[in-house]
Parts: sequence; C-alpha cells; structure tokens
Amino acid sequence: MASAPSIAQSLDPATSATSVSRAELSEIDASTKAPALFFLISSVLWLLAGTVFALISSFKLHNPEFMGDWEWMTFGRARTAHLNTVIFGWSVNAAFAVAFWLMARLSRSVLRHPKLLFVAGAFWNIGVSIGVFGIMRGDSNSIEWLEMPAYATPLLFVAYALVGAWAIITFRFGKSQHIYVSQWYIMAALFWFPWLYSIAQMMLIFEPARGTVQALVNWWFAHNVLGLWFTPIGLGAVYYFLPKVLGKPIHSYYLSVLGFWSLAFFYNWAGVHHLIGGPVPAWVQTAGIAASFMMVVPVVVTAINHHMTMVGSFGALKYSPTLRFIVFGAVSYTLTSLQGSSMAIRSWAEVTHFTHYTVGHAHWGMYAFFTMVMFGSIYYILPRLLLKEWPSAALITAHFWATAIGILIYVAALSIGGVEQGLALNDVDNYPIFLDIVEMTKRYLVTRSLAGILITVGHIAFAVNFAWMLFKSRSTEASAPTLFRNPESMEIAR
Amino acid sequence: MNRAPLIFLGVFLALAFSWTGIVLVNQIAYGSLTPIYDENESKAFPEPMPGIVKRGELVYQDLGCVYCHTQQVRRPGYGSDIERGWGERGSVARDYIYENRVMLGTMRTGPDLRNIGARQSDETWHLLHLYDPQLTSRGSVMPPYRFLFEMRKIVGEPSPDAISIPTTYTDGVAVPAHSIPAEGYEVVPTARAKALVAYLIQRKDTYGFPEAFKLHHEKAEEEDAADSEEEGN
Repeated sequence: MASAPSIAQSLDPATSATSVSRAELSEIDASTKAPALFFLISSVLWLLAGTVFALISSFKLHNPEFMGDWEWMTFGRARTAHLNTVIFGWSVNAAFAVAFWLMARLSRSVLRHPKLLFVAGAFWNIGVSIGVFGIMRGDSNSIEWLEMPAYATPLLFVAYALVGAWAIITFRFGKSQHIYVSQWYIMAALFWFPWLYSIAQMMLIFEPARGTVQALVNWWFAHNVLGLWFTPIGLGAVYYFLPKVLGKPIHSYYLSVLGFWSLAFFYNWAGVHHLIGGPVPAWVQTAGIAASFMMVVPVVVTAINHHMTMVGSFGALKYSPTLRFIVFGAVSYTLTSLQGSSMAIRSWAEVTHFTHYTVGHAHWGMYAFFTMVMFGSIYYILPRLLLKEWPSAALITAHFWATAIGILIYVAALSIGGVEQGLALNDVDNYPIFLDIVEMTKRYLVTRSLAGILITVGHIAFAVNFAWMLFKSRSTEASAPTLFRNPESMEIAR
Repeated sequence: MNRAPLIFLGVFLALAFSWTGIVLVNQIAYGSLTPIYDENESKAFPEPMPGIVKRGELVYQDLGCVYCHTQQVRRPGYGSDIERGWGERGSVARDYIYENRVMLGTMRTGPDLRNIGARQSDETWHLLHLYDPQLTSRGSVMPPYRFLFEMRKIVGEPSPDAISIPTTYTDGVAVPAHSIPAEGYEVVPTARAKALVAYLIQRKDTYGFPEAFKLHHEKAEEEDAADSEEEGN
C-alpha cells in the first residue's frame, strides 16, 4: 500500500535515533486517538454509574428499607446492575482502549481503519446500556456474570468481533520482529473471551443445558472471564508500563513466557472451585482444586518478574502516578491470586465458601488489581493522546490514596467478617439461629459501605481530572504531574 | 512473528482442554439425566413443576434472589448444612433436572432455600415475609418486596386473598404506618407474589435417590475408618 511518508521518514537523516523513534511512537499514538478516547470516555462514565449502583447495593445490605419500595432498585437487581456496569461498562471499555493502544505501539503499526473501532464502541456501549436496563426491569438471567438478557448480547458479540478482528489486522501489519510478552497476553485474551462468551451464551441462554451442567458452564465462563480476559489484559499492561516507566527491561523474558503458559493451562480449570461440595461430579471438583493449586506457579513466576523489576526503583513511585497504580495492582495480583489458591483448600473452602469473604476476594482481584492497573494505564495514555498534561497533581494524589485505602479497608472488613460468618455457619451448636449470624455481619457490611464512600471520592477526583483534561487548553504545562519530573530521564524508546 | 501460529495453537489448546473436560464431558456424562420411577409410590422423582411453580421460578430469577440465597445442600463432610436442618441429604444433580435455571448460588447472606418448603410450608408466613421480612424475621437484612402486593380499597366484600398485617413487630416496635392498610383498605398479593410463594413451598428434596444415599454412605464409611484409626492409637 503506497502511502504518504510518515513523520519519522520525513525527518532529517541526521536526526538522532531516539527522536526518530519518538516521532514514530507519537504518530502511532495519534492514529489511535479518536477510538481510544471514545472507549476511555465511555469507561469513565460507566465507572461512575457502577459506583452509584455499588453504593446503593452496599447500603441496602445493612439498611434494607433504603429505596425499599422501588422494584427497579431492589437488591438483586441493583447488585446485578453494579456488576454488569463495572465489568462490561467500565472494565471492558478500559481494557479495549488499553489493549489496542498497546497493540499498536508494540506492533509499531499505525492504527488502520479506526472507524471500525467506533462502530465496535457504539455497539458495545449500546449493548451494555440495553443489558443493564433489561436487568433493572426484571429480564435478568440470574446467571452470575451472564445476567444480561438475550436481546442485548448479540450486539456485544458483534462489537467484540470487530475489536478482535482489528487487533489481528494491527498485529499482521506490524513492523516489529519480536513479539513482546504484552502482545502474547493481549492476543490470547482477545481470542479467549469470545469463545467463552459465545459457548456460555449458547449453552445457557439460547439452548440451555439441563441440570447442574448449567452450573459448570456458568463457572467455566465466569471464572475464566477473570483469568483469561481481565487477568491477561491487566498483566499485559503491567508488563508494558512497569519497564517502560522505570526505563529498564523486565527482569526475565524466560519467566514471562513460563508465566504466560502456566496461566493459560492451569487457570481455565480453576473455576469449578465455586462448586466445591455442590451437586456436580466429584472428579471435576477435585480437578478444579488441583488447578487452583497449580495457579501458584504462574502467580509466583509473574510476581518474581514484576517485583524483581521493581527492586531498586521504589523511589520512582514518588514521581509517577502510573507507576503507583501499576505497582499497587501488581502487588494485589500476587496477593489475591495466592489467596484464591488458598481458598481451594478444602478445609478453608468449608469456612469461606458462601460468605462475604468471597466478595472481598473478588473485589481484591477485580478492583485492587485490574482496576488499579487500568487507572495507571489511563494516566499514561491520555496525555499522549491529547498531547497535554493532567491538570491537577493533587487530584491524582487524592484518587490514589482514596481508592487504595478504600479498597484495603473494604477487603479487610469483608475478609474478617466473612471468616467470622463462615465459622458461625458451620458451628450449629453455638449459632443455631441464622439471624444471629446476620446480625454479626452487619458491622462489617457498614464498614464496607464506608470504604465504598472513600472509593467513590477517589472516583470523583479521577472523573473531574479526566473531564478537566479533556476540556482544558493545551497551554498550561507547568505542573506535568503524569511523570512529575523530566520524562527524558525515565522513558526509553522500545 | 513467525512463531505466531505456534502461540495461537497453544492458546487454542489451553482453552479447548478445559472446555472439553468441564463442559463437554459432563454434558455427555449427565446432561440428560432422567427421573427415577418409584414403584412403591407409583410415581417418578423428581416431580415435575406445575405451571405456577414455573412462573414463580421466573419471579425468583428476575428479582435476583440467587445473590443472597443458595439452593444446594452440601454433602456431609462439607460444612454443616445438614446439621443446620437445611436438608435431609446432600443435593444431587438429578434434583435439578426440571429447573429452567439452576440457581445453585454462591452466597449465603440469607439461609439456603433448597428445602425451604419442607421447613416452612405456611403460605401466609411466606407472604408476610415477602411483604416485610421484619414481620417474621426481625433483624433480617432482606429487602421488603411490598411491590409484589397491592394496597387495595375494599369494594363490597373483602378479598379472600388479603393478608392481615400485624401492627407491631415481634419485639414490640410499631410497624411503619405506610405498611399498614388504612381503614377500608386491604393488602392483596399479586399473581407474582403467589407464584413466588408456590415456588418456595415446592422447594423440597425429600426423595432419597440412590446416588444421594451413596454420598452419605461414603461419608459414614470414612467416619468409621477415622474412628477405628483413633481406637487403634
């Protein structure tokens, strides 16, 4: 395809290699600008909507009369609306933006046909809106993570197919000879998710499997969405931004490959641990438990890789918001995954299964790991798309501390409360009355709401900064909080 | 770049492996379980769900009850579901074959409901509990489902379906005025409320399938083995 020379090619041959590489990157960034912005703006709007649903459901759990007469907001629907807005609205939109931005940069390829991604984005967001609306009016499937009614899902599928096809095109026309580990993760995730999604939809909604096979399909899907879609996208981002911001290579290429393959082969069996003790064949449960244990391998390998890269550079946390969020996310990934493995231990599962402990674990993974990594990525990407700096360093600081402290309190409250609840549930002699156990957990549920308010404050700080950034003029460059110091000394051109 | 096909193959195999193992094999193995005919009782178990129960299942589904209530009694040795009186035996796959949506649940903010019909078969209790859970279970965190009821003006004869709402909770605290029908009004459950209650009352797995018996038997053998070991020491 004959095209106009790129900026890099039109530079004076005497220009330094770094400058050529910089020019190339900024050209690639510019090509992703419009669709990436579209996905990011959508994601932030969904984040706010999801936060509102989260607060409402959390309040309802200790104050059932709160909005008690409004059927559309009854707990079973508000909670479900929360899950679907934060997963399919916030997380997937952010993941799309980060994934294709990274893919373009790593493939050294300008984005072709960006309009395709606009169509995908429109379909996706209309699909999520219809789905959440459907849940609130009572059309939920009540299948965890697949609640959206059947009339919303084809839209989502079309949108996904477009994004996936686009990623392959970008990769195919890429100039880079080397496949960086982030690309492995992103490509795999883009392939795994539609498979999971379409099979689960077909077997549960259009042609339902009978009996408890439904539950197996459900957890095969729901747990793999975490492990084979969000986890690889999150890890892909960590693998890119950590070395990028620090200006040094990842600790070990070998370990990153090992981490990738062990994740791919062990994670996808682990979902059955949600059915431990339940009415499904014992051998599948055992396989799920074994796979959960094997997950220690990719987690430890990835942890060594991330944390060894970080060693000696902790000082940089002071300067880079991206790094702060990414490191918080990477550490959370390690801890929450090890916690996940431990939850498959039979005697421990007996206590924690069916309790708030599981909810705490889910938020540790999906929020403290994935969402924090996405925040960090957005702090890096947005200035490069808009060619201007974040307007307020104070708001970034507020965002970080409010969400970090908030989620730690959240997880601590539900973990302690969940263990207490689980021990009581199994101790019929001392806790024969169920309502006493409910009463016991209330204080933890209130603590969770308070943590939720703190997290909300962080999200508002983020959204204000984000909107301000979109609308501010390009001239004010004084504070430069994205890096807090001269970028030249920190960034290397890959 | 040229390693891309190899990576893709690995990525494909990874998921194909779990899909085959978790989904396909089990679908083939027990995806079409059939009821068991009992000659002594001359009917088949589990019993099919009547129309109103099916409608109740849909109400249960659209209100998202599954997020606070499980519907599975864990087998002996996993928690103390049976000791808590949540069922006579562990749930088995065959119990669920007539259900459109298998709502096993993963959370016990509220109690397990697999056998709620065996524990509480009183329709009025369920209606009151749905109208305002505090009436029957003071301190519960369950939301009220007053929107499943109509506050209707009595025209002519009072409705036989109407439920009478107590004026105080069990601990003596007054029920809020907006929950109590004014003079000349009555609280009548809608068709959805009745269907949901019918569904709840039908929740009981009392029939002992051979496979359920086997689960308990295995457990008993394990315990015996453990006991004799202790004696040996």
